[in-house]
Amino acid sequence: MAVIKCENLTYVYGEGTPFRKVAVDNVSLEIDEGELVGVIGHTGSGKSTLIQHFNGLLKPTSGSVCIDGERLWDDKKRLRDIRFKVGLVFQYPEYQLFEETVYKDIAFGPKNMGLDEEEIDRRIMETIRMVGLDKSLLEKSPFELSGGQKRRVAIAGVMAMEPKVLILDEPASGLDPKGRDMILGQIREYHKEKKNTVMLVSHSMEDVAKNATKILVMNKSKVFCYDETAAVFHRASELEQMGLSTPQITRVFNRLRAAGIPVEDDVYTVDYGKKLLLKMLRDDRI
Amino acid sequence: MLKDITIGQFFPGHSIIHRLDPRVKLILTIAFIVMLFMAGSFYGLAVGMAFVLLSFALSGIPFRMMLKSLRPIMPILIFTAVLNIFFIKTGDVWFHWRFITITQNGVVSAVFIIIRIVGLIVGSSLLTYTTSPIQLTDAIERLFAPIKPLRRPVHDLAMMMTIALRFIPTLIEETDKIMAAQKARGADMESGNLVKKARALVPIFVPLIVSSFKRAMELALAMECRCYHGGEGRTRMKQMKTSLRDYASLALTAVFIAGVVFADKLGPKVF
Repeated sequence: MAVIKCENLTYVYGEGTPFRKVAVDNVSLEIDEGELVGVIGHTGSGKSTLIQHFNGLLKPTSGSVCIDGERLWDDKKRLRDIRFKVGLVFQYPEYQLFEETVYKDIAFGPKNMGLDEEEIDRRIMETIRMVGLDKSLLEKSPFELSGGQKRRVAIAGVMAMEPKVLILDEPASGLDPKGRDMILGQIREYHKEKKNTVMLVSHSMEDVAKNATKILVMNKSKVFCYDETAAVFHRASELEQMGLSTPQITRVFNRLRAAGIPVEDDVYTVDYGKKLLLKMLRDDRI
Repeated sequence: MLKDITIGQFFPGHSIIHRLDPRVKLILTIAFIVMLFMAGSFYGLAVGMAFVLLSFALSGIPFRMMLKSLRPIMPILIFTAVLNIFFIKTGDVWFHWRFITITQNGVVSAVFIIIRIVGLIVGSSLLTYTTSPIQLTDAIERLFAPIKPLRRPVHDLAMMMTIALRFIPTLIEETDKIMAAQKARGADMESGNLVKKARALVPIFVPLIVSSFKRAMELALAMECRCYHGGEGRTRMKQMKTSLRDYASLALTAVFIAGVVFADKLGPKVF
């Protein structure tokens, strides 16, 4: 069953002012449980606005969103529970840290859920393991940590609520390549271990190609396509026309094909491409 | 919810009011306030209000915005009306019950003052609707330039004001973002008593203050990198020039002020 379902979802910013802007335009979408969905699109394509509807932070101008079969905004009192079910990590989440210690900050969400101390402690220990934070940091002030560590504390703060769906808006932006790979790897591990639904918003094709099982492409406030990763990158030329890059390796293979070498057209990870080329070399096809 | 704040909001446009020299606009706004206070009768007030409505119509700002600018001052309006109606005891008595006395003079002065306040607010919000904050502080700096030799830090104050105004929307946006992030973690800001509500603000204010300090440091550094050293010898990218329409609007305002004085002679005095 679809865990997230939205029908004809439209959201307009600044209705009735000169700044009126349709941010999400008539989006209908069904996301199944257990997927790792990569959301890509240009800045201003409406991806951040779209995901804020999934936990009831924004109210659709028209259309509806259902989480687990429950229509949001029918009962406003239920929204808070929905937010525990759909965990949302904003872009630059380190700006939300406020507590005296890392431990207390991660505990903020679970505490709001009304869990007991023991359960909160168990969850904190589990999430810091998952995001790769050392235990010794727990009693430090979050403001003393490095940028990458702060980011991981903030992500842990949402993970500790053990949401059914975890949505991350550009979790790796502003980090160095090493920190980037680390966080994305941890998210992939989390998905593998928990078998939860994860949505990963990014504008790096490489990140999405490496991690996602399905890809949602947003363009100009609309859904351009939502499909298996391979099928999406199959439409490489269309993506490029929209100004979205495809993974470097896909471009390499497209060039090879254009040069008359008969390679597959569904290559979007380096590993797969390497295997393919080696096999072709062995078979003397190149 | 924070997006509803209209004070200091700027609506870009190309109307004649938008294109007036900001210095002239500032002076005209002051002249208009004086005009409203000069009006001592309903006739004079009507001329003053006609001036606001005319300016508003010329600016092309939607009429709705005028009403929106009045919303925050509703409590003040009601308070003033109540004070005037219940505490002025001169004139014909219209209503009397135990200690409550309502007189004609009370009602008349309540109506008069409400119209005057509405005019003040609408007229001065027109200034901020049609002038960008940068233009406005620039205008203030230049109007006060003559007192610079008196060792008043005019430039520094104007710069501080520009920066403050510039960061209002940024801070609002930031607050919205942090609020959303904390709500996503289940922060409850709507229910509970006053103490609980106040405590719910901690997760919002701490990150906000931390990031404001960070921003201030970064801005200071960026200014220094561009060799900012105060107002001494600084030239301007945008020169302000008064043109025909500025003189025309000055003349028109003068005519309206004369109109207020003249109309006042015709009508019965309220004040």
